[in-house]
Amino acid sequence: MLSIDSLRVTYGGAVEAVRGVSMEVRDGSVVAVLGSNGAGKSTLLRTISGTLRLHRGRVDEGTVRFEDTDLTRRDAGQIVRRGVVQVPEGRRIFGRLTVEENLRAGGMGNRDRAAKARAVTRVHDLFPVLRERAGQRAGLLSGGEQQMLAIGRALMASPKLLLLDEPSLGLAPRVIGQIGEVVAEINRQGTAVLLVEQNATMALGVADHAYVLDVGRVSLAGDARELAQTDEVQRLYLGHTGEAGPAQRTEQASRRTLSRWTA
Amino acid sequence: MTQFLSLLLNGISLGAIYALIALGFVIIFKASEVVSFTHGSLLLLGAYTMARLADPIGFLPAVLVGIVVTALAAFLIERLVINRLRGAPVISLAIVTIGVDIILLTELIRRIGPDILNVPHPWGGDSVRIGGVGISENRLIAMGVAGVLIIAFFVAFKYSSWGVAMRASAEDGEAAALMGIRQGRVSALAWIVAGVLAAVAALFLVGAPTPGVSAAAYTVALRAFPAAILGGLDSTGGALVGGLLIGITEAMAAGYQDQLSFLGRGFGEVAPYVVMIIVLLVRPSGLFGTKELTRV
Repeated sequence: MLSIDSLRVTYGGAVEAVRGVSMEVRDGSVVAVLGSNGAGKSTLLRTISGTLRLHRGRVDEGTVRFEDTDLTRRDAGQIVRRGVVQVPEGRRIFGRLTVEENLRAGGMGNRDRAAKARAVTRVHDLFPVLRERAGQRAGLLSGGEQQMLAIGRALMASPKLLLLDEPSLGLAPRVIGQIGEVVAEINRQGTAVLLVEQNATMALGVADHAYVLDVGRVSLAGDARELAQTDEVQRLYLGHTGEAGPAQRTEQASRRTLSRWTA
Repeated sequence: MTQFLSLLLNGISLGAIYALIALGFVIIFKASEVVSFTHGSLLLLGAYTMARLADPIGFLPAVLVGIVVTALAAFLIERLVINRLRGAPVISLAIVTIGVDIILLTELIRRIGPDILNVPHPWGGDSVRIGGVGISENRLIAMGVAGVLIIAFFVAFKYSSWGVAMRASAEDGEAAALMGIRQGRVSALAWIVAGVLAAVAALFLVGAPTPGVSAAAYTVALRAFPAAILGGLDSTGGALVGGLLIGITEAMAAGYQDQLSFLGRGFGEVAPYVVMIIVLLVRPSGLFGTKELTRV
């Protein structure tokens, strides 16, 4: 359904953030993209959702195709109308608007009234708290509730593909678990999900397929469960140290610090 | 006491006109992140169109054409200039609007020349007395019309899709874009609304007790700037309160000028700016300007 082909993106014509990335999201699947800060995860999502220009970024090579259309040169509004909707990093809810108005804003790209009504029901069923707090200013919700609202707001556009940018950021572990369940449920209802995360445990738990990005390139790709077993992912993202004990780890860490000083 | 009430009433009616202009100023700022200095000349354009056309096509058609012309001019400024400079620093945009304002103003002044054009309001220059308090009919009607427009504006701003889209994109443009809200459209509409409000304000500003349409109407329009700024540039409610405050201040300062003679004659004209400076010294973001309301 979504296919990205050898994508290269630069900012300000100089900084190369994504260097030849190809990936695929199949119909009805959940795909996770892992990577540390600066790996190019957010750039990838901006390219798909058409907001790259707001950050002075440019696609130099490659294409992003969704179903039968090329999204590469389209603007954000057109992309939303085609059914690709992004939940931005850091939630970015409209804090001065009420919860209900946030959802209304989310449905602006959705011209079909019946679809909009179905979307409201779906969102309220997924997140009953949003119904209870409908008239409250969104800025007064807790962090977890704000993330629910951000997801709910995106669902108002009835997306076929939902893009999530680090939904677990800054949330308590229990809430992160809930987010994982919500993502799984949204997918069960027929929406494909592209999940960008630093929290690999949650992401690999819900994803079918996963990619690991490293400074703008895909360094690993494969089935999510298999990927979770590989040494590299275990060490980098799941916090397992293999045979190395805590003592050795500290030593390694200090050595790394030292080498930085001498370099 | 009667004098006080009379000045208060006149101040409120003048303030209602200022509030219309200030509202336009504020929504342009919210939608396009531009401090628009084009308002003075837009207002003069509206007044000039009405004055020129009133004779050949009649008062009411002239008013309607004046409103359309002003809204269209605002729309074109947004499309041809502001929209193309999106992402430019706020300061550059503000200076660009000053440039547009000067071009438009120069042309209008050339056309008006030394004359004072007259908009033949059917209600004329008569005054009415309400319980001993005198006010010109023009100002009384202005107060009513402005009241209706302001209420309509706030209802639309609160409940219409345009209002929600506008507030959402004012708060976080990128997030709004991700929801499929077209900022270009929101911004263009804001300029159109601001143009309409300015033209309506113009209609009443050039009526009694003001003599008519002359280059001086431009300076009157400028007093809506302190109204918008002291209310808080991004607050529509602030524009309303600011407009009224400036209107009342101006009327009071002019009315009591004999008692205020130590400040010199004509203090009424500078009083709005003095009030603005005092308010900003105490509250730098204006009376109702944004204070962050978030829980982290």
